[in-house]
Amino acid sequence: MPIVINSLEYQLPADPRVSLLDFIRDHTGLPGTKKGCDHGQCGACTVILDGVRINSCLTLAVMHDNCDVITIEGIGSAEQPSALQQAFVKHDGFQCGYCTPGQICSATAMLAEIAEGWPSDATQDIGTRPSLSDEEIRERMSGNLCRCGAYPNIVAAIREVADAGQ
Amino acid sequence: MTAHMKHDQPDERNVLDHMAQGIIGKSLDRPEGLLKVSGTATYAAEYVIDGCLEGVIVTSTCARGKVTSIDKQSVMSMPGVVDVINEPRMIARPAQGTANEAPEHKVGEIHYWGQPVALVVAETIEQARDAAKNLVIEYAPALAEFNPEDVVPEPQPDGTNEGDLNQAMEGADQCVDLTFTTEGHASAAMEPHAAIAQWDGKMLTVHASLQMLNYNIAELADALKLKQSQIRLISRYVGGGFGSKLGISEEVVAASVAAMVLDRPVRVVMSRQQVFQTIMRRSETRQRVRLSAKADGTFTGIGHEAVVSNLPGEEFAEPVTQSTDFLYAGDNRIMQIAVARIHRMTAGSVRAPGEAVGMPALEAAIDELAEKLGIDPIELRLRNLPDKHPVEGTPYSSRKLAECLTQGAKSFGWKKGKRTPRSRREGEWWIGTGVASAARVHNVGEAKARVTLRDDGTALVETDMTDIGTGTYAILGQIAGEMLGLNPDAVDVQLGDTKHPRGPGSGGSWGAASIGSAVFLACEAIRKELAGRAKVKAEKLTLKDGQIGTGKFSLPLTELIGGKSISVIGHYEPGAVEKNFVASGYGAFFAEVAVNHWTGETRVRRMTGAFGFGRVLNAKTARSQCIGGMVWCIGSALTEALHFDPNDGHLVNCDLAEYHVPVHRDIPDLDVIMVEERDPVASLIQAKGIGELGMCGGAGAIANAIYNACGARMHAFPMTPDKVLSAMPD
Repeated sequence: MPIVINSLEYQLPADPRVSLLDFIRDHTGLPGTKKGCDHGQCGACTVILDGVRINSCLTLAVMHDNCDVITIEGIGSAEQPSALQQAFVKHDGFQCGYCTPGQICSATAMLAEIAEGWPSDATQDIGTRPSLSDEEIRERMSGNLCRCGAYPNIVAAIREVADAGQ
Repeated sequence: MTAHMKHDQPDERNVLDHMAQGIIGKSLDRPEGLLKVSGTATYAAEYVIDGCLEGVIVTSTCARGKVTSIDKQSVMSMPGVVDVINEPRMIARPAQGTANEAPEHKVGEIHYWGQPVALVVAETIEQARDAAKNLVIEYAPALAEFNPEDVVPEPQPDGTNEGDLNQAMEGADQCVDLTFTTEGHASAAMEPHAAIAQWDGKMLTVHASLQMLNYNIAELADALKLKQSQIRLISRYVGGGFGSKLGISEEVVAASVAAMVLDRPVRVVMSRQQVFQTIMRRSETRQRVRLSAKADGTFTGIGHEAVVSNLPGEEFAEPVTQSTDFLYAGDNRIMQIAVARIHRMTAGSVRAPGEAVGMPALEAAIDELAEKLGIDPIELRLRNLPDKHPVEGTPYSSRKLAECLTQGAKSFGWKKGKRTPRSRREGEWWIGTGVASAARVHNVGEAKARVTLRDDGTALVETDMTDIGTGTYAILGQIAGEMLGLNPDAVDVQLGDTKHPRGPGSGGSWGAASIGSAVFLACEAIRKELAGRAKVKAEKLTLKDGQIGTGKFSLPLTELIGGKSISVIGHYEPGAVEKNFVASGYGAFFAEVAVNHWTGETRVRRMTGAFGFGRVLNAKTARSQCIGGMVWCIGSALTEALHFDPNDGHLVNCDLAEYHVPVHRDIPDLDVIMVEERDPVASLIQAKGIGELGMCGGAGAIANAIYNACGARMHAFPMTPDKVLSAMPD
């Protein structure tokens, strides 16, 4: 079975050692997903797999036949950016831009997780729906490192989109 | 045509203030922003090149010795393996920033654990990685010193020794004599070092992740014994640098050598672990800070001595005392740096070399002195700002330190008065505040940029200058747009390609001021040409929104261009002002922390930074540089430390799981105040460096806040919970 990436089908690689990240970057012509550490430590490779954000460096491509993957290219383009992508530009939620696709994929899925009521370490009472506090956003985005230190701007961008969506 | 200027006299014309477009300094989006957020900005490893082989670097598993054998046959029969390369053109260390020549070549002589010794090349990355792990290498290890404390450090020749500091300390009403330690730091840019090299028999083209192409091309040419005209380097987007990509590093040369040997394109991407192990570290430091003062707070003496480390043969010594040299008064002064020669990986520039670790120690010492004197720490600093360089007598170019301290204090809500520790508690947490000054020397470098005013009324800016996230694309568009009366959308900025005129490169916070001056010069010459065509004086020209006005008539710029585009290379050269003035960026940090009484954990709850760095070129990207620096303050204050195995010298925490850079939840809202000024000495655009200033002292403010919160005087950075807990009074 093929793997579906941004609504297009791709044949899985013959070499079982190919990580999902390397498959996306090197086999599909979609280099928007970044490799920062290859060990699940930085979040630059975050993609949305069957609706859930994952570090694509920590899984093998061959494990995902018939799966549906959304990468940064599937979230929006320079010509037709998503609301989050626009907000990242407006709030300067990046500098070098290398962690940015991962931040945006992660934030896109993270907002859905909050909407579905998933708790986090920052949730005061896990019996209630989590709020959209800055602390919740920061906690849930802490798997995505930004060495340029754009964190406050990233939170501002996410907050703007989250508030508009409520 | 070239418009050249050597900066021998202060430029007080403030030309940019008299232009009509009104975009300089404005908070504009980055022009490349949509490419970055959509994943379509192309970084070094992402160029698709037919037939490209994959190279994986193999690194040493001992810290000193010789490679006695590399058994190529151990991997040559593995699927896809093309070659194992270990030849004399490869390099064993990265080049230091602005080296302009190749670093150490001898990959067979091991000087640190993790040194590259060979490159395995295969058809796919999986094959190359597997083969690299299986390559059999034998070493003859030698004894080595790994610990700076175990060797006698070599004093550097350029220290300061004025008056008699010992006597000043003895005669002082109050003094402090403190020893601080800081651990090594890693740049840890998010994009690992990467290069793709192509060789056509005459010309080498390398896509690489580099900060300073103008130096890198000379370094690579020297390494490969090629002419610079045979090399083209391309770094259009760089995924962060922070010093780690100043000089060429091992993967650039390895990919180039492999491409030349194999006659096929070769890509070499370092693993995150290799980046940690083989690229620059910031040296750990041991610093002695002495301050002596009269009862009224006047400093009579200031001493700052530091022991840092590096490999044998490396000239770089972390310039810990760089800003202490000129920042505060005191007639009796000692500044001295000594280098311990040890076998850890190369020590070099990591964001704000010197001040990043020197300023926090100095500023923490001042806090202790202020307490002894019973003077508010802001007031103590204000009382000790000299009128001119304390030793050399040279004037300051512009200095907004006092304004930063006072405006920052106001914004932060700094309460003057008695600063008794343990005055505020919330549950398990002690709450406290601290302040520190910021200072970072200002530098400029020679820079060239070509500006072309095209037939269609748009402009093109070309230089090999890089944008490593700093905002070069944005600010050059704004400078050219302001000068030529164009919306930034009408200015196409092309960077990061050595086919363009040579810029200064991104490093030492000198990029914007230097290349901005070159673009400015080119635009000034274009204005002059336009004035000539319009038969008016250049000062009479008004350029706005693609229209040209002379006071007598107004017409579209395209009409005056009339099919004859104007192209000028602006050439900026540092000049006599560098020697005649002390130029530095200044600022002040204010931090509020919460320290857990039971665990010693410190959380930064809020932080204000007020900075004066000359003209603000783009308020949005400038602010981002400031908050980025403040995030680094928090990292170096609380978590960042390289740990080396004392037995074999290897870096223990060589990845992002174990080397703790700040994450989202570590960073509160950061308040940035930009204290506008015009510095006629700093550059022709009156702008100073900004990329490093934001991390020069802030860790000291956090240390002082920890003391104010819980009473723990911290002398060891990072201030991890174990250290805070052991320093906390019962």
